[in-house]
Amino acid sequence: MLKITNLHAKVGEKAILKGINLQVKPGEVHAIMGPNGSGKSTLSYVLAGRPGYTVTDGKAEYNGQDLLAMDPEIRSREGVFLAFQYPVEIPGVSNKYFLKAAYNAQRKHRGEPEMDAGAFLKFIKEKAKSVEMDPAMLNRSVNEGFSGGEKKRNEVLQLAVLEPKLALLDETDSGLDIDALKVVAAGVNRMRDPKRAFVVVTHYQRLLDYIVPDYVHVLSGGRIIKSGGKELALELEKKGYGWIEEKVAA
Amino acid sequence: MANQDLKELADREYKYGFKSDIETDQVPRGLSEDTVRMISAKKNEPAFMLEFRLKAYKHWLTMTEPTWAHIHYPKIDYQNVIYYSAPKAKKKLNSMDEVDPEIRATFDKLGIPLDEQKMLSNVAVDAVFDSVSVATTFRKTLAEAGVIFCSFSDAVKECPELIEKYLGSVVPYTDNYFAALNAAVFSDGSFCYIPKGVKCPMELSTYFRINAKDTGQFERTLIVAEDGASVSYLEGCTAPMRDENQLHAAVVELVAMDDASIKYSTIQNWYPGDKNGKGGIYNFVTKRGKCAGKRSKISWTQVETGSAITWKYPSCILLGDESVGEFYSVALANHYQQADTGTKMIHIGKNTKSTIISKGISAGHGQNTYRGQVKIAKSAVGARNFSQCDSLLLGSDCGAHTFPYIEVGNTTATLEHEASTSKIGEDQLFYLRQRGLSTEDAVGMIVNGFCKQVFAELPLEFAVEAHKLMNISLEGSVG
Repeated sequence: MLKITNLHAKVGEKAILKGINLQVKPGEVHAIMGPNGSGKSTLSYVLAGRPGYTVTDGKAEYNGQDLLAMDPEIRSREGVFLAFQYPVEIPGVSNKYFLKAAYNAQRKHRGEPEMDAGAFLKFIKEKAKSVEMDPAMLNRSVNEGFSGGEKKRNEVLQLAVLEPKLALLDETDSGLDIDALKVVAAGVNRMRDPKRAFVVVTHYQRLLDYIVPDYVHVLSGGRIIKSGGKELALELEKKGYGWIEEKVAA
Repeated sequence: MANQDLKELADREYKYGFKSDIETDQVPRGLSEDTVRMISAKKNEPAFMLEFRLKAYKHWLTMTEPTWAHIHYPKIDYQNVIYYSAPKAKKKLNSMDEVDPEIRATFDKLGIPLDEQKMLSNVAVDAVFDSVSVATTFRKTLAEAGVIFCSFSDAVKECPELIEKYLGSVVPYTDNYFAALNAAVFSDGSFCYIPKGVKCPMELSTYFRINAKDTGQFERTLIVAEDGASVSYLEGCTAPMRDENQLHAAVVELVAMDDASIKYSTIQNWYPGDKNGKGGIYNFVTKRGKCAGKRSKISWTQVETGSAITWKYPSCILLGDESVGEFYSVALANHYQQADTGTKMIHIGKNTKSTIISKGISAGHGQNTYRGQVKIAKSAVGARNFSQCDSLLLGSDCGAHTFPYIEVGNTTATLEHEASTSKIGEDQLFYLRQRGLSTEDAVGMIVNGFCKQVFAELPLEFAVEAHKLMNISLEGSVG
């Protein structure tokens, strides 16, 4: 599904990614772990096409297409979803209206007819229930005045509504207490599917207790320096990142 | 980045820019006492009208053009303007079917069919083409409810006593340079009278169209709501694309008696000029409402997306005790457009209340200014005002300016003022695009969200229009 080869990228003039190689198949969950500043968020932004993040070398193939050549909205419509670490507020735009516009943009891209307001309302109310979100939040402005936990829950709601093929979760656990974390993880787990892949970016092992990955990769200095199974995360939790970095340096 | 897309978005074209080929009856270029007399004679006006015009003209000669607004334009040559232009009527019209087909086609093209069957069922329209009203729909239906809704010219003939009583009672001809000019040469407009206790059964609306070249449009609207009456009125405006600037100097007067309420909404979409700032309408307008009666209410809502220059301050004189004034505004300045707009709330009566919500959007090289005055007179015990002025900047070559003036003459008054300026966020755009929205839709969504509080005040049928208009006007806006 996703094949990243020798990916280099810079933000402004600063080189952040220095040769990432990663392959993700449908149905798999990959965790990307690493210390602060290792390039985890940059990797998710580059894959989603955030302006200001420039690819300087390498490539990323998505279902056989050149992912990096697509505009961000095309990537989205082709099924790439990024759950933001810091979801953005859009004052005056109701969550419901926003979700409908996004959902219909995706449908239109697939050549399906747009869903009308009535049917959509029913559809999202059920989705909201599935992530334990108060339906009243659908009428509020997108993320405006939401608590940290509500914002993350709203990301998971969007994930559930848009049903992407490849979901990138950027530090979805940050700022969540344990109860919120469980709800968010349950929402993600419900979406696990043999046809869908996840790339979960996180600093802490904690999230991986709830979203159990198939593979764990350690990112440091803009490269993946170690890959392994879910046990690797536990090892990192115990020993920190230092020992791998030292090993690589040696 | 998306700047390129935003720029393309901003460069889309004005879709009402077509010209209609219609034979017109015009007065010669320039302004003199003779011009004023000629306009009055063409309209067969009673003596009081001519007298009003001449007094205004003489006063205008003593005045100088105001320069305090934050706008820049070459000096206007008032002798090079055609002050009266009317489609040549073949004969007197007996019904709507006899309106010149070319004019009907023009309004059809603008989405304002004059055919009553085809219209929005609950909106009556007065269509003003260049200097004269060409049609007013639903007059009969309204008359049954006792409501008078007709062109200003018809009103002068049919109910001169009302015109004589109220003309200039809120905006006297001495008020300002453009109001004086208007009083001297205004040719038509709409008149609306809602008798005591009547709730107007439908939305009233006037559609203004400038067509002829080098003409100025000087219309006048007068709305009177007697005790307990209420009305909702909407005006829309468009003009062809021409390289020369055209002058539009209108006056609107509203009078609300005890317990009356007037809701006045404007969707102003005059030709804004091209993307290099060439051409466009100079929109110099004086709008004022007088809450003369107790518990009366006047509410202004405006969506200003057109015109090369907008200079207007729809205001309320809160004379009656417990009267209420409201001003909700969205002003967009794209390309080289300049908008200097706001309101004045003059509190005189006891426990009067006013609300000001202003949303300014600047894009391209646009300059947007909010200018507002809240004045609490000594007599206005317990007066209250809330003002909120927000500015949104799209791109880095545009500007937003705020000039609030506050004058408080009574210590029991309560005033609140909130203001914010923000730039459309790259992070907001990326967030929406990541969910599959195009840049264009994303900008539209953010801007419409920003304007929501104001759009919510528009009559439903027009809120949708405003939404669309905002998206079109933003096309090519951000650089």
